[in-house]
Amino acid sequence: MGMTMTQKILAAHAGLEEVVPGQLIRAKLDMVLGNDITSPVAINEFEKAGFEQVFDKSKVSMVMDHFTPNKDIKAAEQCRQCRTFAKSFGIENFYDVGAMGVEHALLPEKGLVAAGDCIIGADSHTCTYGALGAFSTGVGSTDMAAGMATGEAWFKVPEAIRFNITGKLSENVSGKDVILHIIGLIGVDGALYQSMEFMGDGLINLSMDDRLCMANMAIEAGAKNGIFMVDEITREYMDQRVNRPYKVYEPDQDAVYVRTIDIDLSRIRPTISFPHLPENTRTIDEVGNIDIQQVVIGSCTNGRLSDMRIAAEIMKGKKVHPEVRAIVIPATQSIYMDCIKLGYLETFIEAGCVVSTPTCGPCLGGHMGILAAHERCVATTNRNFVGRMGHITSEIYLASPAVAAASAITGKISSPEEVL
Amino acid sequence: MEVKGFAHKYGDNVDTDVIIPARHLNTADHKELAAHCMEDIDPEFVKKVQPGDIMVGGFNFGCGSSREHAPIAIKESGITCVIAKTFARIFYRNAINIGLPILECEEASEKIQAGDEVSINFDTGLITNLTRGESYQALPFPAFIKEIMSKGGLLNSIR
Repeated sequence: MGMTMTQKILAAHAGLEEVVPGQLIRAKLDMVLGNDITSPVAINEFEKAGFEQVFDKSKVSMVMDHFTPNKDIKAAEQCRQCRTFAKSFGIENFYDVGAMGVEHALLPEKGLVAAGDCIIGADSHTCTYGALGAFSTGVGSTDMAAGMATGEAWFKVPEAIRFNITGKLSENVSGKDVILHIIGLIGVDGALYQSMEFMGDGLINLSMDDRLCMANMAIEAGAKNGIFMVDEITREYMDQRVNRPYKVYEPDQDAVYVRTIDIDLSRIRPTISFPHLPENTRTIDEVGNIDIQQVVIGSCTNGRLSDMRIAAEIMKGKKVHPEVRAIVIPATQSIYMDCIKLGYLETFIEAGCVVSTPTCGPCLGGHMGILAAHERCVATTNRNFVGRMGHITSEIYLASPAVAAASAITGKISSPEEVL
Repeated sequence: MEVKGFAHKYGDNVDTDVIIPARHLNTADHKELAAHCMEDIDPEFVKKVQPGDIMVGGFNFGCGSSREHAPIAIKESGITCVIAKTFARIFYRNAINIGLPILECEEASEKIQAGDEVSINFDTGLITNLTRGESYQALPFPAFIKEIMSKGGLLNSIR
């Protein structure tokens, strides 16, 4: 039986010729990731179990990005626990304040993840690296502890949905609109236990930032992972960053998919997820008049350089609406530096935005932009669950950087066309 | 192995942000996490829950964040089993890895009401609703998972 990209990578890492959906396997890992929230739980378990070393010091990453720079004493203690562990176990990829960025923007940028890899991370958005043609999935802290100790994890081989991408995006539409559209189409459990495999002749029209954003939100459709076929765009991105050989897996011609969904990029409109589930999508044309009090542009979904560029182009020479707080968070130090060099930071600050150091911060209601009761926020983040960004009656509208920037200017959910 | 307790019932897509809001993730202390379990969906839960109780959800239980704090908070609160129509996959493996029994059973999820007394046999997957005199059949765990559960979690099973 033919295999999908995910099945081939899992088979190779389990040392098997072939795997079939539903099969339970143990696979070797190329990277094990944790952050300042999930690592402490993993470290406690790792130490309690009495492990004396990690399987490979170069294949564990810890990124202090969620509650950093430390939001309170307990958060500081958690980071210290990670720091101490990283030092005593010789973890090579430990990223602290000053070097860290939002983990899923940072690891690809540093070249730590590549095509063909088998990756687990104690963070649900670890599925981001599927954009590079890797099998990458979110797990919990115990899996992280076991992964650090043994270099292996157990998996149930998933079935797959094929997304056949054609056409070209319209102006002011990006990968975020595509993935929100898809989640609206199949629902928050539409790909439960399955992999989402993206291919087709329209891929060439999606930048790496678009693909990273789309793979990032595969979890929001319940998927085990999202994965893109590798092409010249992927190779060029990796060749500038990855200092080791990588392997490209293509699906077999006779690979079996539970279904195929055709996505014509040219038909995608700016798309917004209404509270309180990512599947509650509407196009910008169906939004109506919704006043907002906050905008967040950043996160592992949309904190990359092209996201900053899109937002800056829309805000240039304009002012943030007086009733809106606009928070811009470049996802890594390198993106932050590029934003300075390219003048984006000046644009944001002149417009009346606040620009933060890299952090996950407001996305999960940690710090740097918590919402009061009944406040509404347009965010380029990935989840709009009840209470996710603050009070349980506050509301999050998920959108692209273009829609978020336009909304910051007008004070209501707006199409970029309204302000350009 | 068998457990018996009273049911706490919730709907579809119970996400890990309402099971344990991120504002409480600045600690890994199990008791502290349990003190805030279900806070944003059912503030009364921590007052009502008794050791041995079970939790019932609909489709896609535990969706969202990978935080293991969610099944930890549920387990530490005294819940001995979560029954749902389906589980989000990270929650599913986290629960197994930490030794919190979970069962998928659509009929049980439909028919069990809040407050019903329920007993569950993990070897057979049989769920008995003592209040209503009904029983529902869930698939028992596959051997691989039973092995992890019987040792009290993943780390004990690989040590």
